[in-house]
Amino acid sequence: MGLDVRLPLGLLFLAIGTLLAFYGFSTMGSDLYAKSMGVNLNLIWGSIMMILGLLAAWVGRKRRLS
Amino acid sequence: MHLAWIDWLVMLVYFAFVLGIGFALKRYIRSSNDFFLAGRSIPAWVCGLAFISANVGAQEVLGMGASGAKYGIVMSHFYWIGAIPAMLFVGYFMMPFYYGSKARSVPEYLRMRYDEKTRAVNAFSFAIMTVFSSGISLYAMALLIQTLGLLDGLLPGAWVFHFSIFLSAAIVLGYIFLGGLSSAIYNEVLQFFLIVAGFLPLVWIGLRNVGGWAGIQHRLPATMTHSWLGMEHASTNSLGVGIIGLVMGLGFVLSFGYWCTDFLVIQRAMAADSQDSARLVPVIAAIPKMFFPFVVILPGLIAVCVTSHTLGPTAVSVPSGIVAGVSAASAHRIAADPQVKESHPHGIIPQKADPITGMPIVDSTGAPVYNYDLATPLLLLHFFPAGMLGLGITALLASFMSGMAGNVTAFNTVWTYDIYQSYIRKNANDSHYLWMGRAATVGGILLSIGAAYAVTSFNNIYDALQLVFSLVNAPLFATFLLGMFWKRTTGHAAFAGLLSGSTAALLHHGLTIPQGALPGLHGGWIAILHIYPSEMAQNFWTAIVSFTVNMAVTTVVSLLTKPRPEDELIGLVYSLTPRRIDSHLPWYRRPIWIASGVAGMAVVLNFLFR
Repeated sequence: MGLDVRLPLGLLFLAIGTLLAFYGFSTMGSDLYAKSMGVNLNLIWGSIMMILGLLAAWVGRKRRLS
Repeated sequence: MHLAWIDWLVMLVYFAFVLGIGFALKRYIRSSNDFFLAGRSIPAWVCGLAFISANVGAQEVLGMGASGAKYGIVMSHFYWIGAIPAMLFVGYFMMPFYYGSKARSVPEYLRMRYDEKTRAVNAFSFAIMTVFSSGISLYAMALLIQTLGLLDGLLPGAWVFHFSIFLSAAIVLGYIFLGGLSSAIYNEVLQFFLIVAGFLPLVWIGLRNVGGWAGIQHRLPATMTHSWLGMEHASTNSLGVGIIGLVMGLGFVLSFGYWCTDFLVIQRAMAADSQDSARLVPVIAAIPKMFFPFVVILPGLIAVCVTSHTLGPTAVSVPSGIVAGVSAASAHRIAADPQVKESHPHGIIPQKADPITGMPIVDSTGAPVYNYDLATPLLLLHFFPAGMLGLGITALLASFMSGMAGNVTAFNTVWTYDIYQSYIRKNANDSHYLWMGRAATVGGILLSIGAAYAVTSFNNIYDALQLVFSLVNAPLFATFLLGMFWKRTTGHAAFAGLLSGSTAALLHHGLTIPQGALPGLHGGWIAILHIYPSEMAQNFWTAIVSFTVNMAVTTVVSLLTKPRPEDELIGLVYSLTPRRIDSHLPWYRRPIWIASGVAGMAVVLNFLFR
């Protein structure tokens, strides 16, 4: 199959992660996070997803080119 | 309950990717082989994740959360006993025959090994079962969207259920229609990672809230936090199942019957790029499967431990219409379930409310009845702020879609190859069958929608599927086991065995009943000869009876009928097929090493949660 699944997977995580991280950044200190026990889950988990997504997309693209 | 714009945006991004994959893969679909078998070109790890994701449907994420809240970590038996051994067995011993025989489906293997009529029984019963399962996924998803009130304010209340069914059906139809099995497999990989990404932070924050595993152990009765405590007898554990029923019924018959013969999962392994990869697929899939209890069962335990009641029953909009029948049915069942101790806390699990009067439902003793099916979704609402909530709901929707798509791709293949090509139009050209595959996808989705509307009398989805599996799948494994490992087994014997196995399952169900249930759907509709302590025990024993009858009938009839010449069975039967040499593979790619590692880890997990 010509498409490496890591490429769409990485891009999806990158897109959702970026959205969450930005939203988390802009709502820092908001009482939105009373629910999650004061943890800014959007910023933390969004950043993790962003990094993992970037890694997966990079590997997927590299494989495809080679 | 209203979602924020960010939640909708996360969901939209996901749906765009889902359909985008369908469009991106459309250009690779040139033959029916590409559409139904993904051109047999997918790497083992991708198939492995799809294998596990196709299996994780509605029944798993919601059902296991519900059962975790009701019974506790003891539900891990469905993984460590009821899945891992069978997954290792199918990979190591059975995949060489499925993949090596060049059969395009499980029913087709049955035709090659036995005869046409055995294939026909399997193909038709399987096709019906996939439509039923896919309908249950659709129904459960729509019910959840309606119950949580996700679309409140956007659509009139009466439309929500129907809109949810048709929209989710349309999305699944879209990506399978375009890209066939490859598109389903690629999406299943995305869905797998999304489910993990959505539930892992939920478990993390939930555990922080309740004081970790030690906090859960402190709050719940010991039978809920141990897998093996009191398993020696049905009356001393929360499942109401004895150890023989558990190990033989679940661990052997039901589990091997599902993982080793169900084309839904086998199809993913058949799409692998080589026989070595195909053998690795179920073994690789067993690795994440082993840890799934921590993602799907644990939220249920956390939900009953959370002490604050910020989300009581009033926060959940009262379900109406189709929910009415379900509430009444399940109210009866949970009330009748002697295993649920009044002493165990209920955390954020809401009481069931009467859909008409809005009053809480109570059982015959006046005790409140709880809606366990909402354990996982309510935990998401409880802990996740806007943003993460969108991700959590996307993960739930992904689990429904992967389960449904798994059924639809298996259905379109069995319909096209095993029913249409075999009995309706034999010698058409390949492009006609490719066209038929797409038409069958549309047909399968329409039938699923029909099934979704028909499914209204079952509430605990997992129990319902177990019942279907025990009637259809339980006798199956005996047929495959004898077929693959005893060359003397004949087609007439397999056919007779299958029919008598299913008949025995049906009779057993009609003659026994779980404690406290009324005769009818739950058994005892012929006469009541035996009362089981729980419905689960009855299901497990139905499977054991059915398997044993099939085994006996197939063996006897085989000895009375003429066997096929041995040279026709090469590649189909263990003793007549040369052993696969895997010494050319590095040790970490050899199934035996990975399988041993997984088996060892499963033993360790059982020991840790004993």
